[in-house]
Amino acid sequence: MGRLDDLKETPSQTAGPYVHIGLTPNKLGNAGVYPVDLGESPIRDGAQGEAVTITGTVRDGAGMILRDALIEIWQADADGIYPGNDPRGAADPNVTGWARIIADFDSGEWLLNTIKPGRVPYPDGRSMAPHISVWVVARGINLGLQTRIYFEDEDNSACPVLARIEQPERRETLIARQTGPGHYRFDIVLQGDGETVFFDI
Amino acid sequence: MTQDSPHPRNSVDRGALYPRDRDWHPAAYTPGYKTSVTRAPSRPLVALGSTLSEETGPAFGQNAIGDLDNNLILNFTGQPAIGERIILHGRVVDENGRGIPNVLVEIWQANAGGRYRHKKDGYLAPLDPNFAGCGRCLTAWDGSYEFLTVRPGAYPWPNDVNSWRPMHVHFSVFGTGFGQRLITQCYFQGDPLIDLCPIVKTIGQRKAIESLVAPLDMNRAIPMDCLAYQFDIVLRGRRQSVFENRMEGM
Ligand SMILES: [Fe+3]
Repeated sequence: MGRLDDLKETPSQTAGPYVHIGLTPNKLGNAGVYPVDLGESPIRDGAQGEAVTITGTVRDGAGMILRDALIEIWQADADGIYPGNDPRGAADPNVTGWARIIADFDSGEWLLNTIKPGRVPYPDGRSMAPHISVWVVARGINLGLQTRIYFEDEDNSACPVLARIEQPERRETLIARQTGPGHYRFDIVLQGDGETVFFDI
Repeated sequence: MTQDSPHPRNSVDRGALYPRDRDWHPAAYTPGYKTSVTRAPSRPLVALGSTLSEETGPAFGQNAIGDLDNNLILNFTGQPAIGERIILHGRVVDENGRGIPNVLVEIWQANAGGRYRHKKDGYLAPLDPNFAGCGRCLTAWDGSYEFLTVRPGAYPWPNDVNSWRPMHVHFSVFGTGFGQRLITQCYFQGDPLIDLCPIVKTIGQRKAIESLVAPLDMNRAIPMDCLAYQFDIVLRGRRQSVFENRMEGM
């Protein structure tokens, strides 16, 4: 080993087809090792804020819906504070902020029940529109894909992260469509027409 | 059980993340690994520096982890799994060489015959009734972790006509920021299948592949009990201000 600052991040490898054995064994049907799977919900009873339900799918470049996708989300509380190690202070104790979601093994649909996060400051002090960070892994994905869910009924016009996306029509791929009060749709497209914006962030 | 209430962290857990070296990681589109062809984004990623959304991340507490969770030999039925007994251990550090304590490490693997406990795996090798193939633990104060398991078997998979996966253990690792989230695979020193594997070959640089190969560690082997392999994991580092460093030392 050279100087300590020569250390390189461990290279990624695909999660493969059997990721559920490790990360959601109970949902797979391998009960008996862990009492429950981690990351069942990003909130607990009593979490402050607007309850929202987001559903979606993950689709590949051939138009096929993935049945083996695993998604993790990370979000702030209703005031825009992250749980745990946010330097600005403590978050709502009923918001854990993190969830692990899997596509349904038959339909490929995934579902997230949470609260809408608040605005979070960008490093230069401007504020980012309310968003949920998303990380997608599956067989065939060599390095976890990072994207964000924004909300159709929020003012997204001044978000410095959305502004970094050059083509305005591509920004639309990050905006969850409202399908009813408190209900949103967010389909992730890995490749091709309507390809979701993924970040190197 | 979800993760614990947030516990206070120190300044080491803050600060902008170093950019990822995308040439060191596998590219998204790697036709030698066929499934990547339709699952790789075709547009360039949108690059920007990390924000609070990536610099913060979930924390887990010891009470989310059971006593046998890191013992894959016993954690399914309490009766021992069949196979070569090994300790698989290492440290989770960042690119500045600092051990990262209290972060969740989860693993999954095939049994000693190369068969996964999964409805989609129909390989000839039998299931072991005492092996589920999953384990997890939190890193200790210095970033160290340890699993007791059996060495997984190699297995064939449909890619090329005769593709085989080398012996490997899948690793999922959290850091202190969601932008550090990483899934990878650990291989075993001396396995001739490593150099033939289409998934290994998604990585372009020899040194990067070598960093996924765990060497035999006779210092940690237990006589008359088990061998040991060492797999250290490096997560993205963080920029730190002088002020924060000083606060750390006080
Ligand atoms: Fe595998």
